[in-house]
Amino acid sequence: MADLTTNIGALTLKNPVMTASGTFGYGVEFSDFVPLEEIGGIIVKGTTLHPRQGNDYPRMAETASGMLNCVGLQNKGVDHFCEKIYPEVCGIDTNVIVNVSGSSPEDYAECAARIGALERIPAIELNISCPNVKDGGMAFGVTCEGAASVVRAVRKAYGKTLIVKLSPNVTDIVSIAKAVEAEGADAVSLINTLMGTAIDIEKRRRMLSIGTGGLSGPCVKPVALRMVWQVAHAVGIPVVGLGGISTAEDAIEFLMAGACAVEIGTANFLDPAVTVKVVRGIDAWLDAHSCKSVRDIIGVAE
Amino acid sequence: MKSIVDLRVNAAERKGENAVLLRLAAPAEVTAECRPGQFVQVRVDGAKDTFLRRPISLHHVDRERGEVWLLVQMVGEGTRQLGRLREGDTLNLVMPLGNGFSQVETLRKAAAGADIRPLLVGGGVGVAPLYYYGAWLRTQGIEPTFLLGARSKGLLLQLEEFEALGRTFVTTEDGSYGEKGFVTQHSVLSKERFTSIHVCGPGPMMKAVARYAKAEGIACEVSLENMMACGLGACLCCVEKTVKGNVCVCTEGPVFNVNELTWS
Repeated sequence: MADLTTNIGALTLKNPVMTASGTFGYGVEFSDFVPLEEIGGIIVKGTTLHPRQGNDYPRMAETASGMLNCVGLQNKGVDHFCEKIYPEVCGIDTNVIVNVSGSSPEDYAECAARIGALERIPAIELNISCPNVKDGGMAFGVTCEGAASVVRAVRKAYGKTLIVKLSPNVTDIVSIAKAVEAEGADAVSLINTLMGTAIDIEKRRRMLSIGTGGLSGPCVKPVALRMVWQVAHAVGIPVVGLGGISTAEDAIEFLMAGACAVEIGTANFLDPAVTVKVVRGIDAWLDAHSCKSVRDIIGVAE
Repeated sequence: MKSIVDLRVNAAERKGENAVLLRLAAPAEVTAECRPGQFVQVRVDGAKDTFLRRPISLHHVDRERGEVWLLVQMVGEGTRQLGRLREGDTLNLVMPLGNGFSQVETLRKAAAGADIRPLLVGGGVGVAPLYYYGAWLRTQGIEPTFLLGARSKGLLLQLEEFEALGRTFVTTEDGSYGEKGFVTQHSVLSKERFTSIHVCGPGPMMKAVARYAKAEGIACEVSLENMMACGLGACLCCVEKTVKGNVCVCTEGPVFNVNELTWS
């Protein structure tokens, strides 16, 4: 059995496999299928300072090897998380990380500060890349100035590990990564969903309630992998890779591209037990290739 | 407890013009967890562009024979692929999911001291979960009455099976079987008094039945079929507007008392 431990800055993971925000609930929804403590980290659904109802139904359209969604950050707000959810998840023996979103740098900072006060939450993932809300989200993530302004505000309010989740819906993701690194982010995670749409040809209209949605699933993997490679070769902070991972082999590709850890998202919908299968698959691959540690393969792809 | 299981197809029978009945061999630990009104998430193997699982309601669970029945209307590529299954094939399911229809205590309250007389109303393939519920009601000593609707005779599903289970009334839109018209126009509704109504079918039909129930002051619950991705309350795609805000049909439903919904 290989050493699967890896680090995101000061944060140690027992293995490099985490769950992507918005695809694994608060973890407890999957406890019938997966021993949660065997996952390297659980990134829980996007949390905002105030409750959000999200967008209208329909919020989803199936695509070839993937799906579009426009959920729009439905959540009950940070107070609900602290009072109702945290007591349920703080006992899970893994890194429980909260994905934080907002509509102004001040919102983000206040939400982050509230989460920062929770002893058993060692890190947050800052969502500056949600394509499905008008008032913020991706608006910050598509310019260097916007991304920097949010990270600057949050960095002042939050002392633990700060991961910033980047949008692929940009011309140059490397420049955004460098901008958030310069403001003190401890790590970046990428990619969030790719903006797309789908049309119902019988009804002659777009399928999603707000017209567009974020594309996820195996179809986005090559794009995600390319961006992870580019960013990992351009910044000095750790990179967390995600986008279309559904097997151990997919995860190993991201690790070889330079990611120190990965997140599994949409694949959880198809196989609720996929996370643990990927962990075991990475372990078996490392053994079969006589690698003593998962760290031996991080960034090895030229 | 929910689980991911591979179940063997004991039989796959064509039903009506466009549906298939899948009888799956299921061990006791799987059938013991199931309740009428719940659903399963079926993985569709071998269809080119079918990415997500398909939510299918439990048509019946026979604990003695060790079988789970699914009644599948073949409407798209995914469900057509399910229609190609043959005896001996395996099907991967996540199950059981969702809340289920009302238990006896709720029916008793709705009857307010009178005999419990539930009316189970189904449209098209929406009849599927009502069979399991009706069969279960009988095990509780409650006689279900069925009111089933379809566009035409060839689209009526499992009619003989329903008739074997309880009094069954039928409407077809073209009059090819039973009374002509919609379920809400059936004469039984003006002749008899029911203490609760349980509906599954197309949206407009469920809304029409809900309006009838409200006007008559009869408790009514509906089983919704919103498009889903995960079925586990994680993706938040299948939401329905309720008096409590947007809630997941997969976990808070699929069965809702109509008073919880914002239907007018």
